[in-house]
Amino acid sequence: MTTQTLSLAPWLVATPLIGAALLLLIGRRGDRWGHWLGVLASTATFVIGLVILLDMLGVDAEQRVATSSVGTWIDAGPLTVDLGFQLDPLSMTFVMLVTFVGTLIHVYSVAYMSHDHDRRRFFAYLNLFVAAMLLLVLADNYLLLFVGWEGVGLASYLLIGFWDHHLPNAVAGKKAFLMNRVGDMGLIVAMMLMLATFGALDFGTVLGSADAADQGLNTAIGLMLLLAACGKSAQLPLQAWLGDAMAGPTPVSALIHAATMVTAGVYLLVRSGPLLEAAPDAQLVIAIVGALTLLFGAVVGCAKDDIKKALAASTMSQIGYMMLAAGLGPIGYAFAIFHLVTHGFFKAGLFLGAGSVMHGMDDDVDMRRFGGLWRLLPVTWITMGFGWLAILGVPPFSGFWSKDKIIEAAFVGEGWRPWVFGTVALVGAGITAYYMSRLFFMTFAGRRRWSADGADGTVERHPHESPLLMTVPMVVLALGSVGLGWVLAAGDGFVHWLEPVTGHAEHDEPVLAVPVIIGLTLTLVVVGAALAWVQYATRAVPTTAPPAPALVRAARVDLHQDDVNETLVMRPGQYLTRSMVFADRTAVDAGWLGLAGGVGRLGSWLRGWQSGYARQYAAITLGGLGVIVLVIWLVATTAG
Amino acid sequence: MELTNYLYLSVVLFALGATTVLLRRNTIVVFMGIELMLNATNLALVTFARMHGDVTGQVLAFFVMVVAAAEVVVGLAIIVTIFRARRSASVDDVNLLKS
Amino acid sequence: MTVSGGETVLFWVLAPLMVLAASGLLVVRRAVHAAVCVVFVMISLAVLYVAQEAPFLGVVQVVVYTGAVMMLFLFVLMLVGVDAADSLTETIRGQRWVGLLLGLGLASVLGGVIARSTFPPPRGLAETGGVTNPVALARVVMEHYVVAMEVVGILLVTAAVAGLVLTHRRRLGAKPTQRALAEAKIAALPTGRHLSPLPAPGVYAQNNAMDTPALDHTGRPLEHSVPRVLRIRGQQREAAELLTAEETLVHRELDVPDDPVPSVGPDSSEGETR
Repeated sequence: MTTQTLSLAPWLVATPLIGAALLLLIGRRGDRWGHWLGVLASTATFVIGLVILLDMLGVDAEQRVATSSVGTWIDAGPLTVDLGFQLDPLSMTFVMLVTFVGTLIHVYSVAYMSHDHDRRRFFAYLNLFVAAMLLLVLADNYLLLFVGWEGVGLASYLLIGFWDHHLPNAVAGKKAFLMNRVGDMGLIVAMMLMLATFGALDFGTVLGSADAADQGLNTAIGLMLLLAACGKSAQLPLQAWLGDAMAGPTPVSALIHAATMVTAGVYLLVRSGPLLEAAPDAQLVIAIVGALTLLFGAVVGCAKDDIKKALAASTMSQIGYMMLAAGLGPIGYAFAIFHLVTHGFFKAGLFLGAGSVMHGMDDDVDMRRFGGLWRLLPVTWITMGFGWLAILGVPPFSGFWSKDKIIEAAFVGEGWRPWVFGTVALVGAGITAYYMSRLFFMTFAGRRRWSADGADGTVERHPHESPLLMTVPMVVLALGSVGLGWVLAAGDGFVHWLEPVTGHAEHDEPVLAVPVIIGLTLTLVVVGAALAWVQYATRAVPTTAPPAPALVRAARVDLHQDDVNETLVMRPGQYLTRSMVFADRTAVDAGWLGLAGGVGRLGSWLRGWQSGYARQYAAITLGGLGVIVLVIWLVATTAG
Repeated sequence: MELTNYLYLSVVLFALGATTVLLRRNTIVVFMGIELMLNATNLALVTFARMHGDVTGQVLAFFVMVVAAAEVVVGLAIIVTIFRARRSASVDDVNLLKS
Repeated sequence: MTVSGGETVLFWVLAPLMVLAASGLLVVRRAVHAAVCVVFVMISLAVLYVAQEAPFLGVVQVVVYTGAVMMLFLFVLMLVGVDAADSLTETIRGQRWVGLLLGLGLASVLGGVIARSTFPPPRGLAETGGVTNPVALARVVMEHYVVAMEVVGILLVTAAVAGLVLTHRRRLGAKPTQRALAEAKIAALPTGRHLSPLPAPGVYAQNNAMDTPALDHTGRPLEHSVPRVLRIRGQQREAAELLTAEETLVHRELDVPDDPVPSVGPDSSEGETR
């Protein structure tokens, strides 16, 4: 790679950052054209990324990893941290995903947010997010990565609560922010451990010397990194914020809470691959967390009637797949990233489609009041249809190429692990097919559960197709959902592309034959989709949630995740705080206040001596003089 | 006679001066008490000079006298100024320090 | 060195008197009396200085303290009011006992220190190179304390300036002109103000003191001829008693008959003056 391209790396972060700063500082004057400035900044970033990518593709695989340092950021004795950027296939994959999907969503938002008088601020936050996300993936050390990590958290918080005049939105933003802080503590502790173990924070040193370090420490670091990833990627047990995060505008859900930011945890784990390989226990925990979240999200997704929350549960579940893959070791890294990219496309497409539906249905999100929309929203129907087929893993749509590989990889190994993880992945695929088909059929198929005139107790709606600015990004993403998987999977191109970072994985045969796995998967997918078709396309769907068995009721309230959190963490925390406050007031404060009061009373008493009579002062002085003379005399006589 | 008798006399005069400062209210009398204390000190200094055969003690007494003269000038000027302002020569009336 | 018998006698005569005079400072009511007590103590101290082989300091004591300092005190006393007699009742609760106790305590502590200390045998100043006391003093001052001497000089100048500044009164209004003063006098006539200068006090054959009023052309005593301060203090004398004394004198010496003697006093007849 040429030095000219390397020197472009800082501009990847700087361009959207400048855009964000301009948009925030320019004030109301920029309201009329600010969104186009945001689109321009995002597009320019994409072009810069494209130039670097083309340059990278032109060199041999061994030369594709390079770092570009702007200068020393922190120089504190033995610790030196550079303001350095790492350019390699992994980071460039993310750069392209973030800038390409990001630019499409910028364009989409121009139309989607056209009636919002704070649109300029929205684009400022979007640009800020792009800048932070690129800093996260381009950083060549954990500390700079952490800056980006916090930056995307901030952007996420600002955008979830973008309509903060509505209290639940503000609360949702705060919830996301707080739960992310828990994960951030994990990253901070991981960095402390790295500093103590390796004395450095840059990827080169840490990952290069991980083999030689104590395995217990590696495990601790790995688990802390997992905690960080759980917070950012909404994995168990820090998954509760993602559903509420849907309070933000739909483009935000598409970009931040589906395609990019929530996958930062997967990036972190894949980036730390060499370290995790030196800590098999941590890897196992990662795989377990991924598998559990996979099922958790899938189950919740089956019961949600809110179209965005169903998609959020699906996101959680799909990232569970990626985490599972990341926990499988080198064999899974490439597929985790592969699935991440294809998921970024089809899930963003699905979210934009959902936004388009909401746009046509007066911002309603309850699928029980949708139905039969395929005729009225044809473009949305077709693009979402491609996304639906992609997430189901139907060949040859892109989901098939990535998800199926993960299922195959889950079946690789010895002992109980391949059977458990493989089965979970397999079953997850079936449930995914069910709940995504449910979402799709409830929205587009079946009878209309709304009407143009509000007759028969139905809601009055006037659905219409979205403007071109919204449909074009959807079409582009739909094309990605259709063809991206096949393009990237051709000749294992993507896997080889990532090899400079993830390392070469020996090809192991799964415990089941590959055709069997594919066959089983597809069978389960077809069964799930058919079940949904029967249930939601052919039969009438009640407009309010009907009584249901306990599992469904639990799934409707996110399997009681908030109750668990409140019982296990919030209440004990509150009690702890209260008892601390009580102890502080009764013991600490009382002591100091008592001391202060005593001093005050002493002062009041001494004030009585200040009679204002000079003669009395003279008497006190003379008494003091007498005492001093006496003391000197006594000291002198005893010393002599 | 012992020279220490002079010292005892000096002590008695000093204590009387100090007591005057404590007990009298007339500013001028209080000031006289202070002068009496200075003089008592001078007597002690002169006695010590004689006792040790060194005139430095007398030199010190001399300096005390000069400084006392300067002090009297300023002190009395202050008393006159206060008297003009408050029509009183009582130390107890000068109690602005309190409030 | 031994203390001569004469000095011993001098000390035992002066010391009790000095203590007595100093105690006077505590008990006399008038500030003037206190000043006199202090003057006595200071002169006695001068005598003791001379007796203690410090003739120069003795002279300086008289000149500086008795001559300058105490006179300054008396001046200020006159400014403030010579008569200002203190009441000796204590106003601050407990101050008297505290003061006496502290005074006694101080005396006993200092006395104890002296009593418990061991002093070297007294050497006297006879062996200081055979020069006189002022010369010996001057040598010490000019050899070792030149800087201190200069500093003390500056201090004295500063004190003098401070005395001027502190007692300086700034004129608040314009200086009254003669015209203004004259007009003010005329304007004050209806209130009983005299246009002419006040009459001088009386002049009599035996007495021309300030405290006796003069008589007007009718023989009435003029009250305002006596200075205001004396009148306020109630120290003026009646003219009548003086006149009675004078008349008896005249009668005795000239042996004139009683009849032609004019009667004087407030009830005297008109037309006769003296």
